[in-house]
Amino acid sequence: MTWTISAPDETSRDRAGEEARLRAVWSNPPGWRYWTTVNNTQIGLWYCATAFAFMLFAGVLALLIRVQLATPRNDFLTAEVFNQVFTLHGTVMMFLFAVPIFEAIAIFLLPPMLGARELPFPRLSAFGFWSFLLGGVFVCGSIFFDAAPNAGWFMYPPLATDKAYSGIGADIWLLGLSFIEVASIAAAVELIVGIMKCRAPGMRINMMPLFAWYLLIVAGMILFAFPPLIAGDILFEMERMFDWPFFDAARGGDPLLWQHLFWIFGHPEVYIIFLPAIALMAMIVPTFARRPIVGYSWIVLAAVGTGFLSFGLWVHHMFTTGLPQISLAFFSAASEAVAIPTGVQIFVFIATMLAGRVLFTVPMLFGTGGLAIFIIGGLTGVMVALVPIDWQAHDTYFVVAHLHYVLIGGMLFPIVAGLYYYYPLVNARKLSDRLGKFAFWHMFVGFNVAFFPMHLSGLWGMPRRVFTYEEGTGLDVLNLTSTIGAFVFAAGVLIVVADVVRPKHRQPKEEFNPWNAGTLEWISEPEENWGVRSIPIIASRYPLWDQPELRAKINAGDFYLPDAREGYRETLVTSVLDAEPIQCLRVGGTSMLTILSAVALGGVFVATTFHWWVVAGVCGMVFIVAVWWWLWTGTGAIPEHVDKNVGLGLRLPLYVSGPASVGWWAMFITMVGDGTAFGSLIFGYFFYWTIHDDFTAGLPGPGWVWPSISLLLFLAAWVALIAARRANRAGSTGVTRLLLGLVLILDLSAAASALVGPTTTGMDRVVHVYPAIVWILLGWLVLHALVGALMIFYCAARSFRGLMNREHDGDLVNVVLYWHFLTITALTTLTVVGFFPALR
Amino acid sequence: MILTLPLIISCQGEQSTLNTAGSEAEDIAHLIVVTAAAGAIVWVCVVGLMLFAAARRGEPMAEQSAGLVIAWGGVVLPASLLFILLAYVLFSMPATRPWFEKSRADVEIEITGEQYWWRVRYLDERGNVLFENANEIRLPAGRKVRLLLRAHDVIHSFWLPSLAGKMDMIPGRTNILWLEPERVGIYRGPCTEFCGTSHTRMSMQALVLEPQAFASWVEEVSSARKSPADARAHGQEAFLQHGCGACHAIDGTAARGRLGPNLTRLFERDRIGAGASANDPSGRMAFVRNAGAIKPGALMPAFPEINESDLRAISDYLGAAR
Repeated sequence: MTWTISAPDETSRDRAGEEARLRAVWSNPPGWRYWTTVNNTQIGLWYCATAFAFMLFAGVLALLIRVQLATPRNDFLTAEVFNQVFTLHGTVMMFLFAVPIFEAIAIFLLPPMLGARELPFPRLSAFGFWSFLLGGVFVCGSIFFDAAPNAGWFMYPPLATDKAYSGIGADIWLLGLSFIEVASIAAAVELIVGIMKCRAPGMRINMMPLFAWYLLIVAGMILFAFPPLIAGDILFEMERMFDWPFFDAARGGDPLLWQHLFWIFGHPEVYIIFLPAIALMAMIVPTFARRPIVGYSWIVLAAVGTGFLSFGLWVHHMFTTGLPQISLAFFSAASEAVAIPTGVQIFVFIATMLAGRVLFTVPMLFGTGGLAIFIIGGLTGVMVALVPIDWQAHDTYFVVAHLHYVLIGGMLFPIVAGLYYYYPLVNARKLSDRLGKFAFWHMFVGFNVAFFPMHLSGLWGMPRRVFTYEEGTGLDVLNLTSTIGAFVFAAGVLIVVADVVRPKHRQPKEEFNPWNAGTLEWISEPEENWGVRSIPIIASRYPLWDQPELRAKINAGDFYLPDAREGYRETLVTSVLDAEPIQCLRVGGTSMLTILSAVALGGVFVATTFHWWVVAGVCGMVFIVAVWWWLWTGTGAIPEHVDKNVGLGLRLPLYVSGPASVGWWAMFITMVGDGTAFGSLIFGYFFYWTIHDDFTAGLPGPGWVWPSISLLLFLAAWVALIAARRANRAGSTGVTRLLLGLVLILDLSAAASALVGPTTTGMDRVVHVYPAIVWILLGWLVLHALVGALMIFYCAARSFRGLMNREHDGDLVNVVLYWHFLTITALTTLTVVGFFPALR
Repeated sequence: MILTLPLIISCQGEQSTLNTAGSEAEDIAHLIVVTAAAGAIVWVCVVGLMLFAAARRGEPMAEQSAGLVIAWGGVVLPASLLFILLAYVLFSMPATRPWFEKSRADVEIEITGEQYWWRVRYLDERGNVLFENANEIRLPAGRKVRLLLRAHDVIHSFWLPSLAGKMDMIPGRTNILWLEPERVGIYRGPCTEFCGTSHTRMSMQALVLEPQAFASWVEEVSSARKSPADARAHGQEAFLQHGCGACHAIDGTAARGRLGPNLTRLFERDRIGAGASANDPSGRMAFVRNAGAIKPGALMPAFPEINESDLRAISDYLGAAR
């Protein structure tokens, strides 16, 4: 450790005053303004409650499905309603429960677990939450207007692109979920930067709690998995709204491109859901085995391995599409390989239990019960990953059984385990042991009665997504059994809900750290909003076990940032690997802007769904203004001092720019996700090239002249911007502003000239997929150029208002980073559309 | 799981993957049974170990030994088992489903998925259409059959569980599937890619016949096409007069519609409307009256204006052998 530590200065301490000031700074606003809070504890709880509410809604849909299928030739639901119900069931469970619940838990747990006051972008979390809530209500609400999506959660074209069949429902799916994906990516940025940069001093990366490791991996996966779906959504919506034929085989498109993009998202998604649940287990098992985890490096490597492999499996959802067997064999092998890191993680838990003295509590009951279920799902996964078995099992109830064993055993049971385990952090009381056991046995037995028979009904020939079946096929008994089991399972879930909502004010409060856990999150006090009273120095993976007096010293304010003298919300930023303190970060506080921008962005998506272009435009303007205002007032403020004494004799700067700052990392991470979406569009271009002999279909391209001119202008703008950053650092304010003006002009002319080529050669987007994919790539580029222009304008404005100067150039450095990515996008796009057709 | 095995295998459904009547389905059924049994053993061992670990009292295991549990249980054993399994399956895969078109097909059939039925065309050696049928295929036992699978509107998936695994039908593509039926019988196959409102009401029937019987059926169908349909004059008249021929074809008559299923051989099918209801007079009459009530979302309009006697005549006409 390179930073110095000296004893706290006891003479001048006023502990009560410190606590009062901290409490005032971190408090939630009173009255209705409570809802404008951005504090992670509150946002995390709202997020959890909302995700659970969506889960219950989708669970009711599942029960409707089971009632309809209880008897053969039942007419409880019409075919039209049934198709909406199963589509929404899958969509809501995956997009509105399984992924968001972990972002929710992470936002709630991570700050105290990492020993941070707050994650670096609390307003971004709040924005993400409100986007999630609005988007979710929009998508779920559609079924009450008979307008829900009805083409399955996988939305295969051409069925889902057929407006006569899918109506407005498909647009609600595409736009509503794109909106929620924005929230997911916002959460991913928050989690990655938070885990990398906001750990307590001394918590080196190999000392991180396993939950943080898993969430870091999962957030990274979100960054690479969601953008391909967003790219797919864009192509899809362009086809639905403007008839650009990306998936229309008659005009050179191909429905399989959607399947690739969807499953490049969809398979990692399964592990995005599963890994955080294992992360909860990795926190619970050591506590109740009463020893540190055995094989810390094993489990971290296994989780990383699972994350990587999960991106190489997507074709196992497409084994029956007629792809060459050699590629099927490759993806089959990759799918089997992922069983190994999964097995390692399970055996790490078994080994920890063997090497410890196990206390079999309700969280352990749900955890091990869930694993017993999950292992069946894993084993049937090994079966269906074998290509020939998949040829039979694909799209049958066998797969329905498999995926529910994986997701309910590997995700829902661990979540409930986590609920029982972490509930004392919510209101200082435990949930009921008796109700917990009662709920567990209902859920465990009900689940198996419901889903085990589905293996058989699948092998006996029952396809998925059928609203009924014939009598006398042997399916009647199996389906009736499943329905009975489903209701028993639902009763179990209701008992859990009852246990959570029952009034507990008579129940005595628990002691501190009621399970005697070793990790830092148990330091958090439910009544306080500040995360930790003071930010400790960590020297162990299980600091509450290994560092005696830690709690007393934290709560006495003996560590960093025990006070909030200047009235700001402050937390420490540390280095990525060794967690050495490098900055005292002031994070954003309570604000209406988060709600305003979420509502405005929601307005854009909703209005676009109904083709209310004017409303969409107005909402878009409001969104831009709100975000501008948010950034202008909430970020990059020039502090009153250069540095600050954060306690223990350590002085840290209040302002940093470049890779040391959290803003730079957030930009970098966002742009990696953005680049992945762009890469998916480029993938689309070359996909069309591979499936056609002549993918231009003899149609004119944009030529090479205008793309070259545009490219030169983009490069010039990039060079000018780098020069502007240097000029600013050299203190030449005038030159900086002049150069920024030049960048603006070059950028806008570059964007305009990119569009000249295809316009002059008359490339008609509706005729064939080739012009359509060229236009979409250029459209993507131009949109990014326009956003880039806004950023340049912002920097210029900051410079004129004296908010950006020689020492405080974080905005400009982050914008330069954006422009590196923009330049790569321009280079790739313009080379591909301008020169590739000639090279063929 | 092990206890239920006899029950699973004894099942005799027309639509079951375990009631095999074709070589591919047989290979896969063996694989399913073997992997399910192996999986059951693995599950008992792992869950047993987990429960033992949770319940045991006394001296905890040393950390080093626990590490060995991870190495053996999590890596060495599963990796070896999976390697053997994968090697076996990947090497046997080309035999299960022919990879290249090594042999010439004895019969070639083009099947096109439409919302919500199957267009079936038997082809001759040069790929010309011999005759068209719908929603039913007849196959010779012990012969190699090559299917050309296409889609007209949206993605469908062709699946006869007793004969072979499934293959998708995708607009703009032609997928090939080989069948080698081995046992004479009647088998059913549902559409297995969600294809719209009446996806559930889209299934087909396969009749595996003795080669001799198959040959004479082909002979009969091909020749019947050349002779005009006989009497039932009233029914044929009504059929044409109400415009049925705009969408449906009956070979040898003026009805040459291409939009809907060819009805020439309707009389010999078990079910009508691609499995939607029984092929009896009341089933046929109800379907003609209002197909949408039986197959929601189907293209065929309702015909409230056809009077009872015409309706019955049409039904009799369609149900009569020709």
